[in-house]
Amino acid sequence: MPEYTPQELMVVCAAREIRDGEVVFVGMRLPLIAFALAKRTHAPGAIGLFENGLMRDTPSPELLYTMGDAPNVLGAQWATRMLNVMGLMAQGWADLGFIGGAEIDRFGNLNTSRIGDWQRPTVKLPGSGGGADIASLAGRLAVILAHDKRRFRERVDFVTSAGYGEGGNWRQRVGLPRGGPSAVITTLGVLAFDPQTGEAFLRSYHPFSSAQEVQENTGWPLRLASELAPTQAPTADELRIIRECDPQGFWTR
Amino acid sequence: MPANKLMSMRKAIERFVPDGASVALGLALEAMIPFAAGHELIRQRRRDLTLIGPISDMLFDQLIGAGCVRKVQAAWVGNVSEGLAHNYRRATEQGIPHPLSVEEQSNFSMALSLLAAGLGVSYLPTKSLLGSDIPRQNPTFRQGTDPWTGEPILLVPAIRPDVTILHVQRADSDGNAHIWGCLGICEEAAQAAQGIIMVAEEIVPRETILSDPNRILAPAFKVLAVVHEPGGAHPAPVQGYYNRDHATFRAYHAQTRSVEGFQQWLAEWVTGIANRQEYLARLGAERWQTLGVKEHRYAAPVDYGY
Repeated sequence: MPEYTPQELMVVCAAREIRDGEVVFVGMRLPLIAFALAKRTHAPGAIGLFENGLMRDTPSPELLYTMGDAPNVLGAQWATRMLNVMGLMAQGWADLGFIGGAEIDRFGNLNTSRIGDWQRPTVKLPGSGGGADIASLAGRLAVILAHDKRRFRERVDFVTSAGYGEGGNWRQRVGLPRGGPSAVITTLGVLAFDPQTGEAFLRSYHPFSSAQEVQENTGWPLRLASELAPTQAPTADELRIIRECDPQGFWTR
Repeated sequence: MPANKLMSMRKAIERFVPDGASVALGLALEAMIPFAAGHELIRQRRRDLTLIGPISDMLFDQLIGAGCVRKVQAAWVGNVSEGLAHNYRRATEQGIPHPLSVEEQSNFSMALSLLAAGLGVSYLPTKSLLGSDIPRQNPTFRQGTDPWTGEPILLVPAIRPDVTILHVQRADSDGNAHIWGCLGICEEAAQAAQGIIMVAEEIVPRETILSDPNRILAPAFKVLAVVHEPGGAHPAPVQGYYNRDHATFRAYHAQTRSVEGFQQWLAEWVTGIANRQEYLARLGAERWQTLGVKEHRYAAPVDYGY
């Protein structure tokens, strides 16, 4: 068994999506730690935006259960109205955004609203939050979710947050100004998207998984990267920082 | 002449939130959620409310479970650190305790709806949500064409709440209020509303609030009631006063998986007690102390002199 949990590896993968100097729309749950990890390793110049109106150029001094926790305000570079951070993203200032989801399909469309017939859902999920806005307006989108056949479906029941729609130039056709998913970080691997067709392919499988296991847990025939490889394992340094951020393992164990 | 609008939570809810009202609350997102006001709505058995808010960290779920709500206009209803909202699910999936009408929103569209109302226009355009199924589910949205570029644009209709309930750090008895920390869409909801209920941790003299007018949240003349309710946002955090009580969110999530569990929770924390003071007494002084501010961090004073 590896010396780390799938959640810890997912945090590492999420952090690696953040490039130094980028403006990142952070989101909920694992990205809260991924932002702190990126800041303390390869992306010290990254800036975090939070939809409650916060902007930070330093990681929060304590573990966050929600973006609204008091430590996230202390030392913020800006504590303003939601419309100001959404406005920055609407103009194209957010390079990358993170969201989670319940269901995703082969073109990266996400459902966090309703499972089953959308007019009479069998499961009512919490809804978009800021997810649909981030998917619409951020420069790139990184999605984080658990990998199983129930969640990775040929088509989602309801598109809360648009990916590449029906593929090709769909985003442009419907009027979205930019963006689209660039990575889907799961409990088994990392997916990326073909820039021409908008279709997902497997970029890497986690060291404790395999391409076969990923396929068995995906609801459509998943294409593979030409240079498919195992996901790079977390370094000792990355694990140390994650465990400093989340000593009780609330998010990562 | 400043008016004295100070009154108890019971009186404020009784006078200004009738059955069938549309109420905006939870506008700072995870922080400063007016739980005490929500619990009073439940105790007074309000019915057929329309709830308006961006995300709701547990409070909408409680009001829905207690049968107060007919319609929800929100971007997200759940429990932020724990996940799904059980009462919201039961109401939308099974009609328990009764069917619920849901108009899906995103955080941005919610903010724009309130901003539109606050600007006195019937809609605002955005490029968010184009291609999403949210506008299909929520027919109040309309798709248009940008008259300048000819590109598709989504038109977000104005939402004007009958009353907006805001939890703030401090206010005077006239309703001038200071808020700091997470602002979310508090200002937009205050501007959009017909009237405001201001719930404050502390009541301070008018001079204190007017000493820093840039930090004032809303025009006092729209404030209907000022309620002094220390601890009124628990288990949500209030910057400079207390932290988020994560354990309460966790316990509620576990306990409310069943209708019976929710009923027990309701009796213990809402209907079986009279007010927020009794709620805090039930929580216990020791627990309350663990949530307190560990180290005060004051901002530098600013000089408004001339």
